[in-house]
Amino acid sequence: MIKGLDGAGAASEAMRQLNLDVVAAYPITPQTEIVENYAKFVADGLVNTEMIRVESEHSAMSACIGASASGARVMTATSSAGLAYMWELLAIASGLRLSIVMNIANRALSGPLNIHCDHSDSMGCRDSGWIQIYCEDAQEVYDFNLIALKLSEKVKLPVMVMQDGFITSHCMQNIAILNDSVVRKFVGEKKIENSLLDVENPITIGPLQLFDYYFETRRQLSDSIEKSKRDFLKLCKELSKITKRKYGYFESYKLNDADVAIIILNSTAGTVKEVIDKLRKNGKKVGLLKLHLFRPFPYKEIGNALKHLKNIAVLDRSESYGANAPIYSEIKNSLYDLKKTNVYSYIYGLGGREVHEEDIENVFNELLTGKIKNKYIGLREKSD
Amino acid sequence: MKSWKDIKMGGITEKASSLDYKTGSWRSLRPILDTKKCINCMRCVIYCPDNCIPIKYNKRLETNLDYCKGCLICVEVCPVKALSSKKEGEK
Repeated sequence: MIKGLDGAGAASEAMRQLNLDVVAAYPITPQTEIVENYAKFVADGLVNTEMIRVESEHSAMSACIGASASGARVMTATSSAGLAYMWELLAIASGLRLSIVMNIANRALSGPLNIHCDHSDSMGCRDSGWIQIYCEDAQEVYDFNLIALKLSEKVKLPVMVMQDGFITSHCMQNIAILNDSVVRKFVGEKKIENSLLDVENPITIGPLQLFDYYFETRRQLSDSIEKSKRDFLKLCKELSKITKRKYGYFESYKLNDADVAIIILNSTAGTVKEVIDKLRKNGKKVGLLKLHLFRPFPYKEIGNALKHLKNIAVLDRSESYGANAPIYSEIKNSLYDLKKTNVYSYIYGLGGREVHEEDIENVFNELLTGKIKNKYIGLREKSD
Repeated sequence: MKSWKDIKMGGITEKASSLDYKTGSWRSLRPILDTKKCINCMRCVIYCPDNCIPIKYNKRLETNLDYCKGCLICVEVCPVKALSSKKEGEK
């Protein structure tokens, strides 16, 4: 069925259908509605979930860790400073191999205070050991929430599902929702292993591991997150059999015969597609690669998809201060052995700065001529 | 010691595994009991941070050297100075 939902609504609708045991969350703009909608479902008796209204995001993730360690199916949501506040626990959730799914409505990190979209929050924790999936619109948020939960429980790794704060989270879209029973069947029951509540088999979760074993435990995490790439693709395929919507590591839009391309994450991909259609009418061979899976990063597949291009622009909505921008570095890594493709880095949209079609057109024109000038899109270089 | 492929995921440890870790190996000073002076007031028993002093039939027994870390709090609190200390390895 088709429902009119914004990104937050899509996330909370998926959560409603996933039969969660525990939700522990703290509000923060622009994620608040995800949990607010869910709280309404709890109050109306539509779900049988223990809703824990904690006092901070740090406590939210702590509660999620405890719940997941006890065998519960658990989800939460946050943004920006909230995600930063739970930073120490992100490494704990992944290190202890707990299955948790978290929705992130991307919002700029503070300093100065900003409530609008950029990717500095989720990019800031890209090394935490969480699987990271980025969504362009509300439909992808819904679909990837279903995939994320199943993936998380299969590979025993926590998963974050990103959407652009305000741009995706607060914009109404028509999205196709599956029936409750179909989702229930897809996601199944959580297989409970190593639960703290299993008193017959007492265990310790999160013991002290000194120099003699910590390294080995962390090596397992590295191995598992690498292998989770295959499970991700398998689940995308499994869901596509039901929904007929195909997902993979990334989406290529008019990429195969393109000379130049833009690589981008999340909602601005929509703007890029519009510009591509327009430029293609004028005979310019331009394309797009929109990345979904950022962690684990599919280096080989991306390298193969891009190796025929002359020039590539990677548009990052966050900076890695003092170093190359996040997506740009990874793309360059993918193309290391291929000497003939030039990769250029662009920074756009920090703190919610708007990106217009003209800006994207400028990028494509720079790529086509090979004359790269503007590294920062939409920045005021001169005062009025 | 096990390789990374042979240990449980996420560092999960099973049943009462702390008992396998003999913290007594950390000790450098050992408490020595003079049973003739001991009045069995049980102050050392209560103060021991590791519960290393067992009681039987209202008498304190020898310190459990598997877990005694040699903090010497028992020596400090004994009201009749029945406890003294000696370096590990000294005769």
